Amino acid sequence: MRALTDSATMLRRQLKHIRRYPTPLLTYTAIPVVFLLLFVYVLGGTMSAGLGGSRAAYAGYLTPGILATTIAGAAQGTAIAVAMDMTGGIVARFKTMAIARVSVLTGHVLGALVQNFLALAAALVAALVIGFRPAATVPDWLGVIGVLAMFTFAITWLSAALAMSAKSIATASNLPMPLLMLPFLGSGVVPTASLPTPLRWFANHQPFTPVIETLRALLNDQSAGTNLTKAVAWSVVIALGGYLWARKLYNR
Amino acid sequence: MLNKEPAIAVTGLRKSYGPHLVLDGIDLTVPQGTIFSLLGPNGAGKTTTVQILSTLLKADAGQIRVAGHDLAAEPDAVRAAIGVTGQFSAVDDLLTGEENLRLMADLLHVGRGRRRQTVHALLERFDLADVARKPVAAYSGGLRRRLDLAMTMVGEPRLIFLDEPTAGLDPRSRRDLWQTVRGLVENDGVTVFLTTQYLEEADQLADRVALLSRGALVAEGTPDQLKRLIPGGHISVRFADETALTVRIGDAGIVDSLRSVLEQLDAREAEVAGLSVHTPDLDDVFLALTGDAPAAPTAGVGSPAGPAIPAGPAIPAGPAIPAGPTLPTSPTAAVITTTTATTTATTTKDPAR
Repeated sequence: MRALTDSATMLRRQLKHIRRYPTPLLTYTAIPVVFLLLFVYVLGGTMSAGLGGSRAAYAGYLTPGILATTIAGAAQGTAIAVAMDMTGGIVARFKTMAIARVSVLTGHVLGALVQNFLALAAALVAALVIGFRPAATVPDWLGVIGVLAMFTFAITWLSAALAMSAKSIATASNLPMPLLMLPFLGSGVVPTASLPTPLRWFANHQPFTPVIETLRALLNDQSAGTNLTKAVAWSVVIALGGYLWARKLYNR
Repeated sequence: MLNKEPAIAVTGLRKSYGPHLVLDGIDLTVPQGTIFSLLGPNGAGKTTTVQILSTLLKADAGQIRVAGHDLAAEPDAVRAAIGVTGQFSAVDDLLTGEENLRLMADLLHVGRGRRRQTVHALLERFDLADVARKPVAAYSGGLRRRLDLAMTMVGEPRLIFLDEPTAGLDPRSRRDLWQTVRGLVENDGVTVFLTTQYLEEADQLADRVALLSRGALVAEGTPDQLKRLIPGGHISVRFADETALTVRIGDAGIVDSLRSVLEQLDAREAEVAGLSVHTPDLDDVFLALTGDAPAAPTAGVGSPAGPAIPAGPAIPAGPAIPAGPTLPTSPTAAVITTTTATTTATTTKDPAR
């Protein structure tokens, strides 16, 4: 009970931070939209020819990859926010108060979830504007939201832990950077079948690929199959690992 | 908490970081409703002590009871009874002062109705009403400390830790904060555990002072008791030729010592540029007991003799015999240093020639 109310208080604190200091939100919202436009209008002609469809069809193929990129990009913002908080005196104050122990971090993660959903919505709207016409039904959309929430939650706990393992804010901001590469080293922009063998093996066995494939299937009103199971499994493992690691670092 | 039980009772507190021993068996007792000051230079272990007592760090060894609870067994019970104002102000820069206080009230589960009153009362009391709606990032150092303390008071703690609360404040803000701290003890009956490197601060505020040096307590008592550890004081004389002389006031007392010094200066027709009498303060105690020069920039300011008192054995403890051919004095005073303004080494230039 105490954990819930304290986490809610900390979430309100984060939401105020986002309102007072919206630059990170704007940055992490704008970057995926720019990526989307870049890939569709600059690379899209060649890409769509390779995939045997139109530019609009490539926009549809790309959108799940862009959503994953959004989550990976925002992870950096979370890491910076957590690291900045940890270096300030206020966290020391929280630690000397009889409050639910990890509620500061929970507040960050929940705040990041809100921030991510705003950025994800912006990316989706941009995709719709440039011609993406998803076939998703209402249950499909609920599935999309669920998968995005689950994966964001996982990546955010991981970035919170990464931030806490860093000794400085600069390091904390760099640690989640490799995450941004993973949609590209997966099925984010091209099918993994087109990749050279070692890279294909990596792409097929990393967490972003099943998440992207699940989103792609749901948006096309198709069955996600084992990809959904894999996406859930990866999310649970990353979320739990990130949470336990972050909690351990917080309590040290 | 039982009324008679001390607010803090510590025996044999030890802490090391790896091979580096930070606290080497500290014993402390702080009665309720008093101000206790832990005094020491940078790196003496003051902040580590506060961090341990306020549950931020675990001790390696020692029996510790804080606010009537065993620290190791019931950290949350301790947390519920204490308030901490750290060295770096523990405020949220992106929130306003009022929102910071409300955040504390929410975390402490103060009911919605009472929250308004509590926040309002604290804003008034700590003189923050005018800036309540401004983001803390725009606050001055003094305002931040006041807000910091106000946030600590939201939980109505029985015991407050103030870790170098006036570090970096201007003299006026420092005095204001002292007044506030006194008010907390007088009006609210709280116990204050204060660390400082400013000897004047401990002298002004504390009922009892403990001197921490290199992880061990080297003295403890009331400020007056500690000052009595160093008898007398000293007389500083500056000569027209930039040389200086520091004369220890012996058991004969200030008046006799001063008379004797003046008589001899007269007899030698010395050109005196300035003279001051320095009564013993915690600076002297500190220097004599720790052998450390306090890192505080203000240490020594206000007495022209400044850091001229050598540490430890250089202060003659026995009969006051002049320490050199400089100035023959009566047995009531002893020369402890002569210096020139231009050299760091002690010289034996005869100031009276």
